[in-house]
Amino acid sequence: MSDAAPRQRVIIDANSKLIMPRHIKMRHDTERGRWIILAPERLFDPDDVAVEVLKLCDGDRSVKDIVTMMAKEYNAPEGEISIDIITMLQDLSDKGVVVAQ
Amino acid sequence: MDEQTPKHVSESGMPVGARETDDAPVENQANEEEACARAPIGMLCELTHRCPLQCPYCSNPLDLERANTEMTTEQWQDLMRQAADLGVLQIHLSGGEPAARKDLEDIVKVAAEVGLYTNLITAAVTLTRERVEKLRDLGLDHVQISIQDVEPGNADKISGYKNGLEKKIEVAKWVKELGMPLTINAPIHRHNIKSVPKMIDFAVELGAGRIEIAHVQYYAWALLNRAALMPTREGFNEAAKYVEAARERLKGILVIDAVVPDYYAKYPKPCMGGWGRGIVNITPQGRVLPCHAAESIKGMEFDNIKDKKLAEIWLNGDAFNKYRGTSWMKEPCRSCDRKEVDYGGCRCQAFALTGDATNTDPACSLSSLHEEWANVAEKESHAPSTDFVYRRVGGAKKADTNPA
Ligand code: SF4
Ligand code: SF4
Repeated sequence: MSDAAPRQRVIIDANSKLIMPRHIKMRHDTERGRWIILAPERLFDPDDVAVEVLKLCDGDRSVKDIVTMMAKEYNAPEGEISIDIITMLQDLSDKGVVVAQ
Repeated sequence: MDEQTPKHVSESGMPVGARETDDAPVENQANEEEACARAPIGMLCELTHRCPLQCPYCSNPLDLERANTEMTTEQWQDLMRQAADLGVLQIHLSGGEPAARKDLEDIVKVAAEVGLYTNLITAAVTLTRERVEKLRDLGLDHVQISIQDVEPGNADKISGYKNGLEKKIEVAKWVKELGMPLTINAPIHRHNIKSVPKMIDFAVELGAGRIEIAHVQYYAWALLNRAALMPTREGFNEAAKYVEAARERLKGILVIDAVVPDYYAKYPKPCMGGWGRGIVNITPQGRVLPCHAAESIKGMEFDNIKDKKLAEIWLNGDAFNKYRGTSWMKEPCRSCDRKEVDYGGCRCQAFALTGDATNTDPACSLSSLHEEWANVAEKESHAPSTDFVYRRVGGAKKADTNPA
């Protein structure tokens, strides 16, 4: 039931498994040379980190898995990256861009 | 607190009614210059002006376009392809009532195929479950259902339509059952402003992800009915306070977007995100407008999509270039540091109230006409409500000759 609006605020932690629901569309906007996320009456403008994280949100990987992968790629401490990513995903969850599986 | 978590995703509302709060610092305003320059972000398609409802605040022009002048299925489909090629991202299928067109499905099909994000803006009363399901299967992304009130009798009175609310609830439930995102759109005025808290509960109960508490914007039918619709300043402030608190309380459950009435704001809204910047509006006949009310400005010529390509009209059309950017401005806008924030407000309102579309929108507190204008509205809001002039073909003419 990923499309049903949650009736309780979802709190994101390391174990959350997230996915973009069907009606959220992230795509490359060739006209403007950037990535965009299309949502009901909204346009989101993700940076490279956000694009990578959202691509990894497949409903299977946990936030922790994603943090580990990003830490490796950016050669940065997991602790720091974790706070950054959880904050971002909480915000996106509040706006309905990602939903918990 | 000076070490802020980096923000990886910025957000912009679709520019139709979006505005920052009056006191937001100028530098913080979304600057979509790059994004908007070459192509509109959104395209508002008034597929038809037919509608079974008769809301006295309808944003359609007083002179409603007749059914037999509407564009054909193929013409709408071709427009969808042109829009996608140009770089339009979202389309809003609206009306009138878009479901009044039997070929709505055929239009949605092509829009989805070419990758447009499709949004249906509907009064919902004539939709069937089969149609909603078909639309979903064809790729419709989002459904927005407008309500007049959550009190059935009052809703009937406002829309001039019997038992509409019941039908809307039924359709909203189908939308959710079919797994689609739902927005409730609630135009607010003095006859329903007291229901704002209940409308928010209503949206939560139906499983909507979003609600628009959209204070009526006073153009077209709403301007004609202003004395019947304008809420008092106190009523507005009370509702605004409630919305603010509800937004916090319902974080992660319901997104609440509010459109503020110009009359009680300090600065105008950037109408359509700025003339010819973010939005293009298509009328049922195919006229291409920078804003749905643009035809109210006398002496302007508008291109028709049947004669020219969308790209050509958007980039070079006289109507689009006339008030695009800031070079056409007079004082006080010309030397104002908000000129690229609100683009001097609404051209249609400036024209309607001052007779010159290049004037500052009287909604701005820096306009010399602002006070007088706001006072008129305030007075009207405290006087007994006039009768509604319902939105129907010829309805406005009748009102003209009736010296009420
Ligand atoms: S505002 Fe009312 S009358 Fe106008 S199109 Fe919408 S539902 Fe129909
Ligand atoms: S003077 Fe013009 S640019 Fe300045 S705030 Fe008013 S409308 Fe906007």
